[in-house]
Amino acid sequence: MTSPLEQKKIKIAGPSMVTANRTWDGVVIYRTDQQSWSADLSDAAIVRTSDEARALLTEAVADDVGAIGAYIAPVEVRDSGAIKPGNLRERIRSNGLTIDLLPA
Amino acid sequence: MYAYDELDRTLINERVSEFRDQVKRRLSGELTEDEFKMLRLQNGVYLQLHAYMFRVAIPYGTLSSKQLRALAHVARRYDRGYGHFTTRQNIQFNWIKLAELPDALADLAEVGIHAMQTSGNNMRNVTSDQWAGVAPGEIEDPRIWSEILRQHTTLHPEFSFLPRKFKIAITASDHDRAAIKIHDIGLRLYRNAEGETGFEVLVGGGLGRTPFIAKTIKPFVSRRDILSYVEAILRVYNQYGRRDNIYKARIKILVHELGIEKFAKEVEEEWEQIRDSALTLEDSVIEEIRSRFSYPAYDKLPHMPDELKKAAHDPHFEAWRRNSVFTHNVQGYSIVTLSLKPVGGPPGDATADQMDAVADLADKYSFGEIRVGHEQNLVLPHVAKRDLPALWKALDRIGLATPNINLVSDIIACPGLDYCSLANARSIPIAQELTRRFANHDTANMIGRLHINISGCINACGHHHVGHIGILGVEKNGEEFYQITIGGRADENAQMGTLIGPAVPYVDVADVIEDIVEAYLALRARPDELFVDTVKRLGVEPFRERVYATR
Amino acid sequence: MPLVKDGKIAADLFVHVPDGAELPGDGAILVPAARFLEDPQALLAHAGKLGVIWPNNRDIDDLVPYLDRLAAIALVFPSFRDGRAYSQARLLRERYAFEGELRATGQVLRDQFVFMLRAGFDAFEVKKDSDAAAFAATTKRYSVFYQPTGDGRVTALNRRMQLRHSESAGQ
Repeated sequence: MTSPLEQKKIKIAGPSMVTANRTWDGVVIYRTDQQSWSADLSDAAIVRTSDEARALLTEAVADDVGAIGAYIAPVEVRDSGAIKPGNLRERIRSNGLTIDLLPA
Repeated sequence: MYAYDELDRTLINERVSEFRDQVKRRLSGELTEDEFKMLRLQNGVYLQLHAYMFRVAIPYGTLSSKQLRALAHVARRYDRGYGHFTTRQNIQFNWIKLAELPDALADLAEVGIHAMQTSGNNMRNVTSDQWAGVAPGEIEDPRIWSEILRQHTTLHPEFSFLPRKFKIAITASDHDRAAIKIHDIGLRLYRNAEGETGFEVLVGGGLGRTPFIAKTIKPFVSRRDILSYVEAILRVYNQYGRRDNIYKARIKILVHELGIEKFAKEVEEEWEQIRDSALTLEDSVIEEIRSRFSYPAYDKLPHMPDELKKAAHDPHFEAWRRNSVFTHNVQGYSIVTLSLKPVGGPPGDATADQMDAVADLADKYSFGEIRVGHEQNLVLPHVAKRDLPALWKALDRIGLATPNINLVSDIIACPGLDYCSLANARSIPIAQELTRRFANHDTANMIGRLHINISGCINACGHHHVGHIGILGVEKNGEEFYQITIGGRADENAQMGTLIGPAVPYVDVADVIEDIVEAYLALRARPDELFVDTVKRLGVEPFRERVYATR
Repeated sequence: MPLVKDGKIAADLFVHVPDGAELPGDGAILVPAARFLEDPQALLAHAGKLGVIWPNNRDIDDLVPYLDRLAAIALVFPSFRDGRAYSQARLLRERYAFEGELRATGQVLRDQFVFMLRAGFDAFEVKKDSDAAAFAATTKRYSVFYQPTGDGRVTALNRRMQLRHSESAGQ
């Protein structure tokens, strides 16, 4: 949860993906392996080496019009192949607020 | 309430047009994000975890009912039906779309609301005391000066690209409700021994990674000279503030590195060159601004109206009245604080429905005026005492009458990791759990005044350093941990809190706070010795022992 | 990189003389501050207009003795976010009454034009062609100004005071 915006070296610790926010509305998006973005985490391209991560990030960052703030984030890949967020920050981005908005 | 004239409104509209053009150029790709980011920040638009966040200015925390309704409209039309009031008297919307922002700004501009300079390396909202103009014992209404400075600092051609953000706060009361000592410039309006009204000027306060209490740079600056003097400070900062490291770029670092004497000398040298210039404030100019502040036509009302006598039999009303109602400088009137800290609720949030309801209540009971405090509560500043029972019933119906003002459950918290991309840990669920632990009003009253401040990261937007109890979210091995400090203060005796021990995990925080409170209750010399005074008297050790004995 | 002067795209009469290069015999030249200060008298003897490029992290005090003999001063915005040159410009115009060309160089973008004009710049090495073309329109974005600078624009406060005086005069 250390802000990924402080990432300088690209070094991944496990399976990762590239995520950003859509420029026109701010929605959370994930880089696919089809040179596109999806709002669905299950469409995210998974990278497993630092080189792959760098390549995917470079491609993502090049889309300056469509996406902002792209960075590499960890994922958890279940045995079933399902892709889950790899830390609390990504869980919140994927699933939403952890709080009730109304008093309870 | 300050009435914007055609010039003020024109400027806001021109700004909206400019931003509309900038958004258009961004979405077409003509502007890169790198070029656009500072422009959107200058209009209060952040990128957060899930979405953009839009911070709207509420200059010195004063709103008309019409303006509050416009904020409700923005929440409904462009967001998810609620907003969050901040520690700088602004409001934030968390789900706004960039493409719709120009329209939202245009809607707000119709009632004189803007988002200019609520972010970016420029001069931010000039905040003040939320009781300004109605607090007993005030020298004069500090908002006159906040407005003079607001105009001077808005789209200032020389100071729109400072090394870092710049925050000014003004107080005119002995008891500082504006926290001026943790601001880049703090101004204290007072009357000197010669009977002249002027300002003590303090510089270099701030929290974050390197917290500092502001130091007095000049003990008295006349009203005539205050604008030129502030200009001199800004010019020295703009030229010599560090630009190589964003963590060392605030004026507090410059003041610290030069020392206050040398810094004061630099400012004085610059000021000598400009003190008798166009920035000199003639009385006529000050009066011009003052004349556009309107004040209620108060009725002559009794100190103890019948309505109040009758309602005194209701214990719930009395509990609220004793907690949330404060003395007004006009007999027969009160200042009423509306708690935005319901048990289990996210602190400082209000729904669009609540905002509309408060606007109606302001029209009915407060001459159409509302205030926003840096403790993230609202205020109705002109309520006739005879109206208190009716007002209370209405507030209770909409969930804004929790009688916990200044008590342990009146928590100040930043949005934290649920919203903010800078955060290391969540703050809102900590606050929510604490309000549940301390939901009993009798217990909370017994504990007495106790300010808990929670920040989700070292940027300290929750002002944890100056909380009586401060909670700071950190990250350890991917888990949320929290450092606890005690003994901080944000008022005229401002000081930073002291760490009580190693950081504790998320699940333990509420227990730790309960232990600290229990320790205080056991250790306090008298029931009316405040928590913060017990800490001052005994130091941190007895609390540390208690908390870490079994951990 | 188009030059905007007097509100429109114009030919640049000045030649930037790079470090180490020989000075041309005549014509308008812009030289870096370090070179100028090495031998100001020699450069001031140049047969043609002389301008100095002054860095934004150096006090203009060292340049002040020569102002009345300089045709131009170029100030620098290394990033558009670095606003030090705004202070330098105001001091040159308002404190030292510099009357030559005051040029903005570096990362000069459309959305800073109005600030720059108000600070005293009258020439702009604009980064993007589209921004240069939009210069005239951009300067009309704002008609209300709160702060007095050396640009001569009437501030909102002054307009209000004038209005008051004319109102009371009319009574």
